[in-house]
Amino acid sequence: MFKKKEPLFHIVKRGEMPWYFSWGVRAAGIVLALLCCALISTLVTSENPIGIFATIIDGSFGSGRKFMTLLQNTSMLLCIALALTPAFKMRFWNIGGEGQALAGALASAACMILMKNQPNAVVISCMIVTSLAAGALWGAVPAFFKAKFGTNETLFTLMMNYVAIQLVAYFSVVWENPRGSGNIGVINPNSHIGWFPEILGSKYALNIIIVALVTVGMYIYLNYTKHGYEISVVGESERTARYIGIKVDRVIIRTMVLSGAICGLAGLLLVGGTNHTLNAAIVDGRGFTAVMVSWLGKFNPIWMILTSFLLVFLGRGAGEIATDFGLNASYGDILTGIILFFIIGCEFFINYKLSLTKVSRKEEK
Amino acid sequence: METRVATVKMRNITKTFGSVVANDKVWLDIYKGEILALLGENGSGKTTLMNMLSGIYFPDEGDIFINDEKVVIRSPKDAFDHGIGMIHQHFKLVDVLTAAENIILGLEGKLDIKAASAKIREICDAYGFEVDPNQKIYDMSVSQKQTVEIVKVLFRGADILILDEPTAVLTPQETDKLFAVLRNMRDAGKAIVIITHKMHEVEDLSDRVAVLRQGHFVGDMPTKETDAQEMTNMMVGHAVTLNINRPEPVDPKPRIEVSGLTVRSIDGILKLQDVSFTAMSGEILGIAGISGSGQKELLEAIAGLQPVEGGSICYIEDDGTRDELLGKDPLRIAEKGITLSFVPEDRLGMGLVGGMDLSDNMMLRSFRKGKSIFTDRKGPRNLAKRVVEDLSVKTPSIETPVRKLSGSNVQKVLVGREIASAPKVLLTAYAVRGLDINSSHTIYDLINQQKQNGVAVIYVGEDLDVLLELCDRILVLCAGKVSGIVPGRGAKKRDLGMMMTRLGGNSNV
Repeated sequence: MFKKKEPLFHIVKRGEMPWYFSWGVRAAGIVLALLCCALISTLVTSENPIGIFATIIDGSFGSGRKFMTLLQNTSMLLCIALALTPAFKMRFWNIGGEGQALAGALASAACMILMKNQPNAVVISCMIVTSLAAGALWGAVPAFFKAKFGTNETLFTLMMNYVAIQLVAYFSVVWENPRGSGNIGVINPNSHIGWFPEILGSKYALNIIIVALVTVGMYIYLNYTKHGYEISVVGESERTARYIGIKVDRVIIRTMVLSGAICGLAGLLLVGGTNHTLNAAIVDGRGFTAVMVSWLGKFNPIWMILTSFLLVFLGRGAGEIATDFGLNASYGDILTGIILFFIIGCEFFINYKLSLTKVSRKEEK
Repeated sequence: METRVATVKMRNITKTFGSVVANDKVWLDIYKGEILALLGENGSGKTTLMNMLSGIYFPDEGDIFINDEKVVIRSPKDAFDHGIGMIHQHFKLVDVLTAAENIILGLEGKLDIKAASAKIREICDAYGFEVDPNQKIYDMSVSQKQTVEIVKVLFRGADILILDEPTAVLTPQETDKLFAVLRNMRDAGKAIVIITHKMHEVEDLSDRVAVLRQGHFVGDMPTKETDAQEMTNMMVGHAVTLNINRPEPVDPKPRIEVSGLTVRSIDGILKLQDVSFTAMSGEILGIAGISGSGQKELLEAIAGLQPVEGGSICYIEDDGTRDELLGKDPLRIAEKGITLSFVPEDRLGMGLVGGMDLSDNMMLRSFRKGKSIFTDRKGPRNLAKRVVEDLSVKTPSIETPVRKLSGSNVQKVLVGREIASAPKVLLTAYAVRGLDINSSHTIYDLINQQKQNGVAVIYVGEDLDVLLELCDRILVLCAGKVSGIVPGRGAKKRDLGMMMTRLGGNSNV
């Protein structure tokens, strides 16, 4: 009467898997992603796939300069991911990293432009203070409303991005140089006021070292301090936090101030350390990519070094293919998209397995 | 009787969740015209098994036969098509609709409330239900809602009914009524499965019992041929004693004095009204009441977690010093030097952090100690080891997230931590809910130990039999008001039931 077909397969949640299993799946995902990219690129460019892989590697390791750029981009992405992580651990979905970093960048640029006749040490000190404060403010506003009125932090932090972008666009015109260009151009090109010193013969080295320190600091903060512990408790269960007397409002605001301030630091490093200018694209979407870095790294700062490196490496490789084979930049985006699809898809297979329905034996009493 | 055929046969049913095997090659037969009690400790796989019959889960392996025909049940709708209906522990009703609207919700065809109401009345008359088809759900008591759920299932033509712990939310009187209806349905030839772990209900109601233990089918037999002791032994796997110890109170002195306590929920609903009582040291004060009568609010108010509209809660030291607890949060109460332990109802959502391991959960109470910005993990780790050893908590290691532990082990971890701070007052809400008999007795022993150490224990419970055996005094709440306070020794279950439903009970019965 009610004949129903048995489903072909069904999804079963996996139990605890050893760490090498999950990383094996991820590695397989990356290999598959690369194979898929190579296949598509071969079809599009009719180059042999080996050449395409060589191009991907060349994009990151082709020269000393490319390698330093790889490290610099990794460290900037990592810096914002580190900033988002304490908020994420608290289950506060801060997707306003872009705006918080921009706010920091805007504050640094303002110091460089408005204080160009001051001694360098004074200017740099001011840049540090104001950019961290600006980032912190950008983080604290949504946190305050979430803590006091229960507003949705995802929308709020997202909208704050656009406020920051519009502010930067406005000041790009106010401070335009040369006049009429609508761009700020390189700030203080001759006096180098507000430029961070080059160390180890590279303008990137200082940034990379600072981010390395932040990484270690964040690891310790999250895992060994009372603040870090409070963040975990609030994230897992606000009711438990209240039950043991943690002031949830205070933890939310405090954590977002920290999160915003580190984003502000990323903005500072971008303006003072590498770009020496300001435009609305300076953060380059890292505020959003960082969300993925943090998640894929399981909110562990040490793993996040790997995930940020991976994403930058793949992104640069995809870009290199696009330029080398005369395809436009969107092709790089397509490849990056394919790669991310595989990487994120892995997580499904780590948590679930498909089990084929066993052919059932007829068993009658 | 030898010729009868099982209407449902479950064969070799296996279901796993990750590494947990909830059901392992389970066989079960369900017959028409019979009430089957499905017995087992918590986590033994009763609900999982029934969920597979009602289309919530799909078995990993095994077959289900209905009237000797192999069937595939992929959704609750498939289950209905085969005449299987399940009444879940948590009702699935739309509050703002009427009974009739809820009952026909989701059915295909023309919407005809009048015809539906007529059919509902017909069903009610046939089995002895009392349902007003036009009453809104939000106006109904828990037992009325349950009745609507049952009628809903019958309305859809179910002749195999599964009830998951239907009496957990009912008073003794309501339970009797439900049982009468179930017997009527059995006599009308329906197959009924009832999941429970209350022994006396099994003996009272069922025709046959089937026992599951740790996902395995242990056996089944006619209820007449067995007794509570044998069934318990089958569930647990070895012999257990069923008596609860009750030592005399030790030097009772007033410890917590609650007077005129009034609490309103955020929606403005009165949860507690003018509640007054005194909890003594060295004594267990039981709190009885239908679930949702204000027990949760009462405990949370004492613990400093519940905003209060009026009244006072005084903590009284041995030397007579009084401290007002109202208006203080848990941190301020602790800073006053008042050690107040609270085992909340929602263990993983409030008492513990599910994703954290045992020692991090121990740290919840102590992490603030010291001026250092870093946490001290050594103390909590030692405490975790001690709790695991003293209370024989079953866990792979103290680094295991507590979410992965079974309900009774989670509870032991929580109680162990709360007792470790050597409290003066111990608040427990449904401390043995969902625990098997062995673990329940471990918890009773721990609570008795605290009582003998001079702790004032407030024990909110749902099983009246346990309250009557364990507590020195029992306070009965009825819709947020104190219906009465009776001595635990010599109180009658019926009287408590009366007091739960009506203020002061009914003295002429």
